[in-house]
Order: sequence, then structure tokens, then C-alpha cells
Amino acid sequence: MNDISQAIPYLGKRNPKAALLVLVVIALASPVVAAMFGNTWVRILNFAMLYILLAIGLNLVVGFAGLLDLGYIAFYAVGAYTWAFLASPHFGLHLPFWIVLPLGAGFAALAGIALGFPTLRLRGDYLAIVTLGFGEIVRIFMNNLTHPVNITNGPQGIDQIDGMSLFGIDLNRGLQITEGFQIKSLFLYYYVFLAFVVLAVILVKRIQVSRIGRAWAAIRDDELAAKAIGINTRNLKLLAFAMGATFGGVSGGLFGAFQGFVSPESFTLMESIAILTMIVFGGMGNLAGVIVGALALSFLPEVLRYIALPVQMAIFGKVFLDPEVLRMLLLSLAMILMMLLKPEGLVPAQARYSKADLLGDKEIAQ
Amino acid sequence: MIQTLLQQIINGLVVGSVYAVVALGYTMVYGILGLINFAHGDVLMVGALVAFTAITFFQAAIPGLSPIVYFALGLMVAMPACMAIGYTIERTAYRRLRNAPRLAPLITAIGVSFLLQTLAMIIWGRNYHSFPQLIQTAPIEIVSGVFMTPVQMTTVGLSAAMMVGLVLLVTRTNMGRAMRATAENHRVASLMGVDTNGIIALTFIIGSALAAVAGVMIASNYGVAHYSMGFMPGLKAFTAAVLGGIGNLAGAMVGGIVLGLVEAIGAGYIETWSGGWLNSSYQDIFAFIILGIVLIFRPTGLLGERVADRA
Amino acid sequence: MKKTVIALAVLGLGISAAQAQEVIKIGHVGPLTGNIAHLGKDNENGAKLAVEEYNAKGIKIGGKAVKFELVGEDDAADPKTGTTVAQRLVDAGVKGVVGHLNSGTTIPASRIYDQAGIPVITPSATNPKLTQQGYKAVFRTIANDVQQGAVIGKYSAQKLGKKVAIIDDRTAYGQGLADEVDKGVKAGGGTVVAREFTNNQATDFMAILTKIKATNPDVIVYSGMDAQGGPMLKQLKQLGITAKWITGDGGCTGEIIKLAGDAIGPNDYCTQAGLPLEQMPGGKDFKERFKKKFGADVQIYAPYAYDAAAAIIEAMKKANSSDPAKYLPALKASNFKSVTGTIAFDDKGDIKNGAVTVYQFENGAWKALKN
Repeated sequence: MNDISQAIPYLGKRNPKAALLVLVVIALASPVVAAMFGNTWVRILNFAMLYILLAIGLNLVVGFAGLLDLGYIAFYAVGAYTWAFLASPHFGLHLPFWIVLPLGAGFAALAGIALGFPTLRLRGDYLAIVTLGFGEIVRIFMNNLTHPVNITNGPQGIDQIDGMSLFGIDLNRGLQITEGFQIKSLFLYYYVFLAFVVLAVILVKRIQVSRIGRAWAAIRDDELAAKAIGINTRNLKLLAFAMGATFGGVSGGLFGAFQGFVSPESFTLMESIAILTMIVFGGMGNLAGVIVGALALSFLPEVLRYIALPVQMAIFGKVFLDPEVLRMLLLSLAMILMMLLKPEGLVPAQARYSKADLLGDKEIAQ
Repeated sequence: MIQTLLQQIINGLVVGSVYAVVALGYTMVYGILGLINFAHGDVLMVGALVAFTAITFFQAAIPGLSPIVYFALGLMVAMPACMAIGYTIERTAYRRLRNAPRLAPLITAIGVSFLLQTLAMIIWGRNYHSFPQLIQTAPIEIVSGVFMTPVQMTTVGLSAAMMVGLVLLVTRTNMGRAMRATAENHRVASLMGVDTNGIIALTFIIGSALAAVAGVMIASNYGVAHYSMGFMPGLKAFTAAVLGGIGNLAGAMVGGIVLGLVEAIGAGYIETWSGGWLNSSYQDIFAFIILGIVLIFRPTGLLGERVADRA
Repeated sequence: MKKTVIALAVLGLGISAAQAQEVIKIGHVGPLTGNIAHLGKDNENGAKLAVEEYNAKGIKIGGKAVKFELVGEDDAADPKTGTTVAQRLVDAGVKGVVGHLNSGTTIPASRIYDQAGIPVITPSATNPKLTQQGYKAVFRTIANDVQQGAVIGKYSAQKLGKKVAIIDDRTAYGQGLADEVDKGVKAGGGTVVAREFTNNQATDFMAILTKIKATNPDVIVYSGMDAQGGPMLKQLKQLGITAKWITGDGGCTGEIIKLAGDAIGPNDYCTQAGLPLEQMPGGKDFKERFKKKFGADVQIYAPYAYDAAAAIIEAMKKANSSDPAKYLPALKASNFKSVTGTIAFDDKGDIKNGAVTVYQFENGAWKALKN
């Protein structure tokens, strides 16, 4: 887990164990601290956890295997809609989470393979644009599959989605410990999401140093050479797509349960780009970087709202740039500047099993 | 019935000829650099909005001129503006990454695309602007019940002219020869005394000028201009370029027209053909499905030039 | 955690004890940034006017003099931000909420208010689904899309022509309204000859309009926003289509007149939920008070926001309590005259007898037709 401790500057390098401990404390205590500023911040924290899951999943595909996927949000959508179909009044089904979530993850994985299989031969730019098209196709279908049989309920989305229920505890209701002490729903969700994030981190750590992870790195660095040394590039690329998609599906399912409402609006290209920016910003191919990136960019809009607005009001007496515009501005600048100036991201990957330069082959453009 | 089909073909031709011009820009850059210039569609948008501002300005400053003069003035401001933007993008964002790993320039290109959209949103606001209707939009009945407007005719004519001009430029001039040499092989071309950096910059400049014209054409055809008007046409034009065979100028033309026709006829008839299961709400996915099919079954495109995974 | 809560609670008690009057917070949410910020501000001002006028009257609740305070929040018309600010209002301890402006933000946010047991009244979100979710404390002071769609459908079939073609933009608003129009046309004795679709980024409608032309309709209904409606009107002309054209409140704006240029004419109609200001019972007076207070003209929904805030305060007065659980029954049973008419809700929380007005294009502007 030493990689993760790098998320803490200085201490992470000198004393990874201590840094890790600090991280554990931060992870456990953050909702309590956040709650002091209002439950709003706990809610934002919960979304940040979902983004971390997404970023970890996309990182498997882009950072590890070097396959640029611009339609990643489609898998998130598959997970969310699976939950909505199987646990809401829409079809009158109310299956428990331990059926719905694995199913959502499974469907997402299938979708990943469905996308991966035809695109096996494609690389780089072509792959990027085909995946972008895939994401749009999924969204357009979700927006329109209402006729002649109403499957997705179209742009109206599906609401009244069941919350999560774990060991007989309904997460939407909160947990009554004693008469006067209740753990609120938001907190319960946070810790469940955190558990998923920890699980994902452990899993991905194991994969990264396994045969699979090393084979991915080889494919990323030079596909031809990888093939030449006997790596089954086809299966491994499919595996990367499927696994990445699984994380998206799980995250989507959790989103559906937490938000209680899904509609195609939540799964636009802009979201795919935002997740890509998270991993670019934090450091592609590196878990700690990806997590830092996801956290930083999920808090960005709120921070902008609290800082940029009052500052503009104070200086100009009016708002020139909306937080949303500022966010887009910063996201796009982050993408460009990080690539130009610090392509390895905020928290660079360690050199082990991977080149310092994690972006892919060094082959000359022609 | 036959009138409806004819009308749909005209609709497809008009949209397709715009795709074709935009596709030329993609295909030129891709041919030379092997890079999808994601921002190309947004350069188009900047062209349209700059022309909008320029035309509004000239109409107020020098009233009473013929509409065609305002149109030409708008183009004359928009083209250099886009050329400057194209050059700036190449110089600052892409050139440094020319030998970088594959994903880097691509991610930068996406960033540039969103940056241009955001800046345009800040400068021109989020509203749709009413683009001055300088070319006649009153319909002319070509055959009974089939209509085409002068602005549509201009669109088709202008794009044909630009395509012919570009093909001549690339095949008949020294500059064109240098461009083809650079596309073939940078290093060898530079050893042969070609200023490859200059040629690449020039490619961006020419492509951006074409985008500016396409942007003005789109805006005058539909009468609106908007900060996000470039993204979808950009994606579709890229599809058209791939469909025709990327790196191939004639291919861009063919791909654009074919895609335009597929969209118009698809939207018009898909409901009948699918027995009511599908309808015009799927209009936007035809392009993506074609893109997928072409790349999987015939990566060299209709006319063929380059192989997808080697590019 | 617990300690903090206690500490905060003690702090809170200290503050309220130190004040002579009890302060009751009422929330307002609308987009104060983004491209419809002017409408968000308009709503907020409407609610603010109500709060200040009631404060000036000196209201007593539970025997104590109270002061109402409006807590304004910005949801940027974004669903996720909408839930976040809803949570913030709940945290701030508001007793009722006026908002949000858009259906897309109000629907997800309503779940949070419901969990906290706080009544929410929207002055402008017209999606019928909002009040059909089964939440007990969601209300609306304006006619919803079911009512509006029915009016468009019936008006088309009965006044404009029997054969109707419907186009929608596949947004939650456009699709929802179009479905109601479809029903309204049939109820009015007309037939729907075509249903076509576009999207909210599109500018080219030639293909679908060509298809519609082949069905030879008397009326084309467009259920979507003005940004698409303007170019659509132009393209209708370019294809030589002479059918009448009608759109809902999304296209019933001044913007569409600019975008359509000379392609808009007396054959074009639109509808708005609610009455025009001059036809409201208290409209003229409201307009003056609003102008005097804020130095601005009423945009659209301010009177409805005023009435929403008034409904909350009236209910508190009647129940003699600001506790949401206690005043909710009074709110449900509201029946009083206010700016936009009589405020009374049906069992789902929708305004009873919500008005919808049809406008026709005349001399460069939309002109309200008498109902």
C-alpha cells in the first residue's frame, strides 16, 4: 500500500507507514469534520468517493493498459440503470443490493467487452473517437428507449429508486444506535462507499504487480513487442476493458441508490472528460495520483462556489465568471497544461514495473 | 413520395457538403501529423461567432452596403482570426508534443477544444445569436414540391469550390508537394530540404481558414451561432473523413456527402423501415455507428489510403 | 460527533435566546448564475417581497412576534448542485422552501426536503412528475405541463386544425409536454399525423420537417426551447410549409422572435403557464410594488414565487406554529386570495384551476389571447 501513502507529500516518501496511518485517520474522520460545516459537505464527500471509484476504473484502462476511453461514463450509466431497473417501482422490482450490484457490475463488464471486442485493432486516436461514439450511443439509447416498449423511461429518468440495505440496515433511514444517537444516512453511505474504495484500491494494487498488470504495462509501452514476447494482447485488452467497466458499473449502482434518481442527463460526454481530467491531473497510472486528482476535482466546483463568487463580488461588485464556467475553464486548462508541463501528473508514478513516463509508447508519430 | 425523397436528398447534400469541408481540415492534419485535431470543430465555431460580431459591427458602422459585401467582410475577418487561432494552437499546444507519447497530444487536443468553447462562452455568452441573414433564404421551387434556398445553393457551391481549390493546391503546387512529402515521412522530407515545421503550421492555417468558411456557412444557413455549435459537426466531419479514408482529400468529400445523405434519409425513413421501433430521435447515432463499422470492417475507408492502427 | 452537535445546539439556543423576536427562516432556490440567472433572481425577489410585506404587517405565531428571513441559494440549474444546496438549506434549519426554478433540479431536491420533512413549493417547475412522487409536502403554485399540454393539444385540434404533427426535443420537459399534447389533441377530436424528434443541441430540422410535410398537417406543435424553435420556423418557410405552428412556454419568449427573424408571423402561437401579469387579480398592484422595491420589472414567475412564500406564511399563521409537521395540514388546506388568484392545492399538491394562456404573434410581439 506504499503507493497510496504518496498522496501525503514529504511524509509519504520518508515514512510510508506513518503516512498510511494518517490517511486512514483522515478517511475515517473526514465526514465528521465535514459535518461541522454542514451535511452539504458530507454529500459532496460521498460524490467524491464515487468519482474516486470511477477514476480508479478508468485508470485501469487508460493508465495501465494505455487505451484511451472517452466513453467511460457509459459503464457508470449501465450500473446506475441496472440498479434503477431492478430496485424501483419502474418495473415493480425491489431486489436486494447483493443481487443488483453484482448484476450491474456484470452488465457493465459485458458492455466493456462489447466495446472492446470490435475495437481491438484500434489504437490511440481511433480508439478514443470510437469509445466517444459508444458513450453517446448508450446515452442516446437511454434517452429514447421508450417506444414501443417503455424500458428506460426516456429523458424523464427513473426515480424512487430504493436505497441500499445492508445487514438489515436501511441506509436511507440512518442507524439508530441509542435513543439520542443516530448515525445519519449520509454518513452510512460515506462509510459504505469508503469500503468500496478501499476494496478497489487493494484489488488494483494486487493487479498492478501481477502478471496481468505487467502485461498491461507491456502492451501500453509497446504493443508489438508485447505480442512478440508471447503476451495475449487480445485477451488482456478485453480484460482491461471489462475490469475498468466493472468499476464504472459498481460506482453507477451506488450512485443510483444514493441519488434515488437517474436520468440520461447525468451521463454526458462532459462527465467522461471530467473523469479523464481527474486521472490526467493526479497522475496517470498511479493510484495515489488518481485518488488525489479525483478528490481535487470533485471539490473544485464547491470551492469555486465559495471562493470565486465572493471574491468576484468583493472586487467587481458583480459576478463575471460563473462557477460552472470557471470549472470548465480550469478543467480544460488543467488538461492542456498538465500534458505540456507535467505529463506525469501531480503525484507521479513510481518507476517500478513501469516507465517513469507512463503515457504510452515512445514510438515516433509516423 | 418521390418529392419527399428528392427533398431529403437535397437536405442531405447541403449538410453533407458542410461536413465535407470540415472533414478536409481533419484529414489534412491527420494526414500530416497523425493527430485528431479535436479542436477543429471549435475553430469553426469561433469563425462563425467572429463573423457574427464583425458583420454586426460593419452593419452599424457602414450601413447601406449590399448584403453580399457584409458577408464578404465577415468572412475576411473570420478567416484570418481562425488562421491565427489554428496557428497558435499548433505552436503552443501541439508542436511541443509532436514526439511525445501518443496519448499526450490527444488529451491536449480535447483540452483545447473545451478551452475554446469555454472562452467563446465567456466572450459571446451562452445564448444563441441570431446570425444576419445576408443571402436569400426564400425558397425556390426546383421541381414541383421540392425546394432549395439560395443560401443552400451557395453552401454547396462554396464547398465544392474549396475542395477543388485544395486538391489543386496539394497536387499541383510546390507547397502541395512539400505537404505530401511531410505526410509521407517527416524526417526524410526535412532531409530533402522541406521546412516541415513550416509546412505543418501551414496545414493548420489552411485547415482553420476552411473551418472559418464552414462556420460562416453553417451560421448563415441556419441563422444562428452559438458557442457549442462546432462540437457535433466536428465529430461528424471526423467520421466523414474516416468514412472516406482519412488522409485522402477526395475521400473527405465523398465521406461528407455520404454521411449527410445517410443522416437525412435515415431520419426520414428509419421509422418506416424499422416498423416503428426506431425513429428520428436516433438521428445522431448514425454517424457513430458508421464510424464503428468502417473502422472495424474497412479501416482504410471507402477510398482508402492509410491503415487505421498504423497511422 | 455527538458532542459537536450538542455544542452547536447550545450555541444556537444562545443566539435565539438573545434575540427579542423569533426568526423563522424560509429558503429560496433558483439559478442565480448561468444563462437563466435573471429568472432565478426574479423568483427570489418575488419571494423576498412576500417575506418583507408579511414582516411589515407584524405576524404573531404561538403568541410571539416573529420575523421571517429569506435564505437564498443558487442551484445553477444543475441537478447535482440542486441536491447540494437543498441539503444546505436543511442544515440551515429553514422551515419551508420556495423553489426550485427548474423541474430538473426540483425533482431530485424534493427527496432531500422530504427526508427532512420540510415543505417545498415551486413557483415555476412545471413537470407533472414532481407532485406524483408520493411526497407529502411538495406543492406548486403554477399550472403544470399536464395542464399546459392539454391546452396546447385542445387548442390546436379545435381552433387551428384537425391534423396535428408533434415535434419534441427529447428533454424531460419537451418529451413530457409532448405526451400531454398528444393526449390533448385526441381529446379535442384531432389526430396526430406525425411524431418527430430532435435534440436540444440541434440546428438542422430539414429531414424531420420534410417527413412531416409529407403528412400534410394543419398544425405543427413544437415542444422544446426557443433556441431550436427560431431556426425551426425558418426551415419551415424554406420547405414551403404553410401549416400553423404552436409551442409551449419554452418557446414563448422574446428570444425566439429575434432568432426567427422574418420567419415568424401571425400563424405562430405559443402558451405560457399562468396568466399574464395584467390579467392576474393582483397583477397591476404587484407590478408597482415590485418595481418600487427592486427597481426592476417582473420577468415571469415572480408573482408565483410571491404566492408560494405567502402560502407558507399563511399556513404558519393559521396553524399558529412554524413547525413543518404542524403547519403542513394548514398548507394542504390553503384557500386564500393572492396575487395570481386563489391559492388552493389539490390532493397531490398542484394548484387548483391553474391557468394557461395562449399567445399569438402580432406586430413583432407575443400577444395574449383572451381565455
